[in-house]
Amino acid sequence: MIPILFGVTIITFILFNVVIDDPAVLLAGKSASPERLQQIRAELGTDQPLYVQYLTSVKQIFTFDFGRSWSSKQSVSETILAGLSPSLTLTVPAFIISILLSICLALGTAYFRGTAVDKFATVMALALMSISSLVYIMVFQYTFAFNLGVFPISGWDQSWTDRWQYVQLPWMIWIVLSLGPNLLVYRTAILDEYFQDYVRTARAKGLAEGVVLFKHVLKNALIPIITIVVVQMPFLITGSLLLEAFFGIPGLGGLLYQAINNSDFPVIRAMVVIGTLLYMTFNLLADLAYAVVNPRVRLS
Amino acid sequence: MTTQAATSASQIPKKKSANSLWRDAYRRILANRIALASMVVIIVYVLMALLAQFGLIATDYNLTNTDLKWLSPSSEYLFGTDIFGRSVLHRAIHGSVIAVTVGFFAALIALFIGVTMGALAGYFGGWVDDSITWLYTTIDSIPYILLMASFQFALGQGLSNLFFALGLTSWVTLCRLVRAEFLKQKQKEYVESARSLGASHFRRIFLHILPNVMHLGLIQFGLIFVSAIKIEVILSFLGLGVEAGVPSWGIMINEAKQELNRGYWWNLGAATVFMFGLVLAVNLFNDALRDALDPKLKNK
Repeated sequence: MIPILFGVTIITFILFNVVIDDPAVLLAGKSASPERLQQIRAELGTDQPLYVQYLTSVKQIFTFDFGRSWSSKQSVSETILAGLSPSLTLTVPAFIISILLSICLALGTAYFRGTAVDKFATVMALALMSISSLVYIMVFQYTFAFNLGVFPISGWDQSWTDRWQYVQLPWMIWIVLSLGPNLLVYRTAILDEYFQDYVRTARAKGLAEGVVLFKHVLKNALIPIITIVVVQMPFLITGSLLLEAFFGIPGLGGLLYQAINNSDFPVIRAMVVIGTLLYMTFNLLADLAYAVVNPRVRLS
Repeated sequence: MTTQAATSASQIPKKKSANSLWRDAYRRILANRIALASMVVIIVYVLMALLAQFGLIATDYNLTNTDLKWLSPSSEYLFGTDIFGRSVLHRAIHGSVIAVTVGFFAALIALFIGVTMGALAGYFGGWVDDSITWLYTTIDSIPYILLMASFQFALGQGLSNLFFALGLTSWVTLCRLVRAEFLKQKQKEYVESARSLGASHFRRIFLHILPNVMHLGLIQFGLIFVSAIKIEVILSFLGLGVEAGVPSWGIMINEAKQELNRGYWWNLGAATVFMFGLVLAVNLFNDALRDALDPKLKNK
């Protein structure tokens, strides 16, 4: 983990401090006077030698202090902490529903494997995935919020009782977006088990197909599925960039969208570091979960 | 036929075994109607892109005429006209140039890096393996959209930068697969016999092992092609894609953000339909290709 974190600090450092054009010009505009540029450089610390800048960026990770946002001038860490609750409100319910729904559908296609039903479901999943996620968001928002008025177009309420109306439509879109890829991956995981010898044995001893499917196949197929699900979990915290941008949800995804629009590098860099830390943590958790659900693997 | 067979009779068994995977896959693809239809669609798109690029079709895609703005779809303008009175159909046709080149070059760059790195890591092992594994694990642990955005920030806008940003961030999965396959293949007898005949490392990697691994590259090529086209849309939304004004499907979809509420759906519609056709065709063809090349599924 440590070498990877080291690698991430190097890559972000090279991208943001070495390759990129002078951020002072970006902030002050091309017509700014040299004194003004020098002043901004001093404020940002970009006039320091590169190794000092690098050490500062490493120190930021350990102190969880990523400086101040260039556009809002607020502390980056505080802004990020404030974005957690809206993001989780959006992502957690949608994530759980979409996984349960996809597993049910994948079991169905596996049951009908090789028939027209299976083929139709696979082609449909690929077709769903061939449309840009942006199009889904725009069409759903236009149809259900703008045209029919079933949901609010966008907005947010900090109170826990009133915020739910704003996330229902984003949940729907999240589920539609994740259905295609989830179905295909889970179907493969289930089919991999379907052709194992123990399934043939279970059938040979006269078990009903439903028992074979749920007690034998699903139980074993859950091992790879759980691993995949745990690895996806960092996205629950970092939120959804597109959904939050379109629906005005002030989560981490919306924060990142604004940061990219304003070229707010401290925020982007903090998000890269936090996203990576989460990814590594959940990867480790996935390994542990794998060992827990699969008794054939023992942690030494 | 018969004379050829007679003259090179001694070579036939050897040649057949060397190509049997590919010949088998070729036969399976030809027998698969969906795969054939997808191939035809892909060829049509490539031809369309070539004809548009060389100014043979849809030449007036940039012809502005404000008297004709926001015309609804009609027999003359199949997808209507946009805010500047330009034919949306012709812009969508020109969008295929961007889509095909972005997909192709991004996948080509990723293929080159992924295969080379994976081959070197798997073949040599030791510190070469350690450093390449470290590099791709690092890149893999940064959330993709953040990595992509950081690269685009560092490189700046423009079509060729887009190729590089997409290519430089998409090689990891391929590299991992190729490395694992090289680890397996280098133990095999044919590599040992090549070594005993005095084949150099270079010869063994690229002439002996690589042809047995290349099917992985072919499948990943299609996957990266598709994901590059879809990411172009999201990057356009973030203002990090190609320059505004270039007729790409991503730009068209994003222009529709302001147009949809006023009922002008054709920019969105045309770009979505055109993108859907190409992405679905590549997805379906890739699916068939994977089935045809996967030795595990063959006997079922």
